[in-house]
Amino acid sequence: MPADSPADSRTRASAPTSPAASVPPAAAPPVPSAAVSVSGWGRTAPTTALLVRPRTQEEAAAAVRECGERGGIARGLGRAYGDAAQNAGGAVFDMTGLDRIRVIDTTRTSDTGAPAATVVCDAGVSLHHLMEVLLPLGWFVPVTPGTRYVTVGGAIGADIHGKNHHVSGSFSRHVLAMDVLTADGSVHTVGPGSALFDATAGGMGLTGVILSATVQLLPVETSLMAVDTERATDLDDLMARLTATDHRYRYSVAWIDLLARGAAMGRSVLTRGDHAPLDALPERARARRAPLAFRPGQLPAAPSFLPEGLLGKASVGLFNELWYRKAPRSRTGELQKISTFFHPLDGVPHWNRIYGRSGFVQYQFVVGYGKEEALRRIVRRISERGCPSFLAVLKRFGEGDPGWLSFPMPGWTLALDIPANLPGLGAFLDELDEEVAAADGRVYLAKDSRLRPEMLAAMYPRLDDFRALRAELDPRGVFRSDLSRRLAL
Amino acid sequence: MKDAFGTPQSLLVLGGTSEIGLATARRLVARRTRTVWLAGRPSPALEKAAAGLRDMGADVRTVAFDALDPESHEESLGKIFTEGDIDMVLLAFGVLGDQARDEDEPLAAVRVAQTNYTGAVSAGLVCARALQSQGHGSLVVLSSVAGERARRSNFIYGSSKAGLDAFAQGLGDALHGTGVHVMVVRPGFVRSKMTAGMEEAPMATTPDAVAAAIETGLRRRSETVWVPGALRFVMSALRHAPRPVFRRLPL
Repeated sequence: MPADSPADSRTRASAPTSPAASVPPAAAPPVPSAAVSVSGWGRTAPTTALLVRPRTQEEAAAAVRECGERGGIARGLGRAYGDAAQNAGGAVFDMTGLDRIRVIDTTRTSDTGAPAATVVCDAGVSLHHLMEVLLPLGWFVPVTPGTRYVTVGGAIGADIHGKNHHVSGSFSRHVLAMDVLTADGSVHTVGPGSALFDATAGGMGLTGVILSATVQLLPVETSLMAVDTERATDLDDLMARLTATDHRYRYSVAWIDLLARGAAMGRSVLTRGDHAPLDALPERARARRAPLAFRPGQLPAAPSFLPEGLLGKASVGLFNELWYRKAPRSRTGELQKISTFFHPLDGVPHWNRIYGRSGFVQYQFVVGYGKEEALRRIVRRISERGCPSFLAVLKRFGEGDPGWLSFPMPGWTLALDIPANLPGLGAFLDELDEEVAAADGRVYLAKDSRLRPEMLAAMYPRLDDFRALRAELDPRGVFRSDLSRRLAL
Repeated sequence: MKDAFGTPQSLLVLGGTSEIGLATARRLVARRTRTVWLAGRPSPALEKAAAGLRDMGADVRTVAFDALDPESHEESLGKIFTEGDIDMVLLAFGVLGDQARDEDEPLAAVRVAQTNYTGAVSAGLVCARALQSQGHGSLVVLSSVAGERARRSNFIYGSSKAGLDAFAQGLGDALHGTGVHVMVVRPGFVRSKMTAGMEEAPMATTPDAVAAAIETGLRRRSETVWVPGALRFVMSALRHAPRPVFRRLPL
């Protein structure tokens, strides 16, 4: 029998026999809505939309039916960097009102006989909440990006990846089923392999609104990570280390100093590890008493106004220097909290404000194995230009994922944050796009806010299938976003 | 849609033969802009301007627009917005007039005022409403330093720009929070056909420099842009100069 989740106590009665069901729809309280300015996490190009906050699946269906001629798009916690979850002049469905964890089923076994579990939850549930609930039970989300503050719906819509992509693939690879609300107001329960599922995984919300999902979980013995840290002196050293030893770690990532030039170009700090087993905790350590406790710390939020140019070349260069020097040449088995290892920036709420009013762009691309020369060229160009990026991350992707517009493919992926007010940045990134496309690579739509529409077809070979399915399921173009308008998705 | 750097994909230029307007269009077409509407009185010059932008790869259409016929604005401009979103409207029409003649012929002076101010009020409001229902877009208004303080040598033109400038500032405040961004651009003396044969003022600039400043302003979402930037401080000083002093300045 499926075990009831602790969160189920919050479940509201919604049986069809309840008195509320007999009330005619006209008397139901209206779905809360307000015209607000909406932007992505990068805070560039805000637009205004009617923010609608459905609290039930029925209200979500009503919101989709009534969203008007400029259409609507689902939005979770707004961590997409660009304009994927904004819809100028139309509706934006804030899905965080649908936040119930319905069932946690821990009775399964995997193909290999190991214990397995699934969770059935609403799309608006955040990974943070899942961790709060699941970790004490000994389970972890299958994939987490650099922030816990993404919703399950958003995780599927962007088909997010984490530090474990080289072994585990993307988030939607662990989704067994999901309910998708399509443009005609009907709900489809779909599983992997169906066209709607594969178009929705990574489909940036443009195929429909994800209402709920069944997600496979990962068993863990503790809430700590056993982490190995080492330094790489330059890009070639880094790539050699990652290639030789990545398969030994479930999680692997390299922080790379893109301001370092010359012989030090590409110097990096590798952090890799896995969930610490219980016997890895020291005998009398405090953690022994509550090995599965989830205690993310939190610092004060960044103030709402910060001047431009805080992150210039000098300050970022200094930070990078210290960060590199501070890292041990080599250290193994260090125990870190989950929040420290996966989500260091979540500790500072609103950290995106440090880029000031004009915001920042994140550039993330992937180039396949065998295209290392393209990666070297791009890293060289970035470091020669001196883009002040203090959050550049390199990692290896494993096998690609089935989503038609899924970003990951086997190869090297580099992600960097750059202040948007850097003069000439737009043209520079366009040039990098050319390099990426020429190497048969692609950029990540969940982070994009500036790609040239012409580049899209070369980067996403299944774009035509995606467009055809959308034309079939949504002929009136109900699901629309600023991203879809900008890139003519 | 505009990208993260504020560069529009579609552009409407009111005053389709304006040198500053076209310099801006060229600059933006070289970046992201693919659709350009040139609105102006039908003329070979308008078609030539369109052809020039087409050669750069843009999809360019022209539309008949007359600043002096505000009653037609609703229809002529409204239909542009029904064909698709416009990310940026550049209000670039305007006439300099001839100060000496205009002082003698009140009706000629009125035409300057009607073109630069009245025409801009109606066109600006029509576009602002359309942008507002889109929930996004920039309305860039070409004002002038001449509007900052009336000078003996061109106060008819200057007063019309002063009216336009005040109108655009107020409109920007009215549209704050609607997703629409209004940017007032105040160039100094611009070397162009409008000023051909005139004696150059200090800190003279070019249409290309104004276009570059507009692009930067879009990126920064500025509300006011001076071209060149140093004019902000020069004009600030001049604005506060006592009138007996100001009157005697060689401006």
